Amino acid sequence: MVPLSWYLIFSAALFSIGLFGVLSRRNAVAILLGIELMLNSVNVNLAAFWRYGNVTDIAGQVFAIIVFAVAAAEVSVGLALVISIYRKRNTVIADDIDMLKF
Amino acid sequence: MTVDQIIFLVVAVGTLIAALRVVTTGNLVHAALWLIATLFGVAVTFAILHASFLAVVQVVVYIGAIAILFIFAVMLTRKEMRDRGPQMNRNWWFGALLAAVTFGGLALIVSGWSGVTKTATAYPSDFDAVSALGNALVSPDAYVLPFEVASVLLVAALVGAVYVAFNRK
Repeated sequence: MVPLSWYLIFSAALFSIGLFGVLSRRNAVAILLGIELMLNSVNVNLAAFWRYGNVTDIAGQVFAIIVFAVAAAEVSVGLALVISIYRKRNTVIADDIDMLKF
Repeated sequence: MTVDQIIFLVVAVGTLIAALRVVTTGNLVHAALWLIATLFGVAVTFAILHASFLAVVQVVVYIGAIAILFIFAVMLTRKEMRDRGPQMNRNWWFGALLAAVTFGGLALIVSGWSGVTKTATAYPSDFDAVSALGNALVSPDAYVLPFEVASVLLVAALVGAVYVAFNRK
């Protein structure tokens, strides 16, 4: 049987890779890709804790379903913003989208 | 090392390699395709964990909807097929350092926690996780309120997305 720690380490590695993508990519779509990786690592954690805890207590899977819904909402709004900004500014590079900065 | 440990290791290493390709590859269409590989690896992890409904939802919602949405967004937001210039910003080393520190800290916390060597009890053969999940999501004394809030959030976000992306010309 796989120990719980393997899932947790796997999830931490996936989260860190997503964090690196969010912090270092220039393209706004690529930043959203990193956020997806981070949300997925959270879901791995939730499922692992559900399996290694009391299986009949379904709360871990319910949380994961709600994370799915939040991820879908986040990515739809994020990509709509990216497309809208691309129409107005003709760029998706996050460094160039600095209208709020003096 | 048992068979399921080997399966988990193969899946986990493949998923992490695909995730690294997502954040490092220069071509964004390739990055989106590597994201599909990563999501599929996570779906296999769910299947290993006996979370069958999550595995199916992962494939249907994430790969079927979100990844395709990403590919559409990539195609809609480029002037030419090639990505010009550097894909990383100037402070990418700081991001790498912060990610490494995060991973080190999380690994340290995990290894120091007493419950980490816990092994799973045998999966009860008469337990139907899918119907238990369905009942929990609509039962008033379980999670019907978070479920409804999530659906309202999803509707509001989709209406907002349509409004934001609407072309008024």
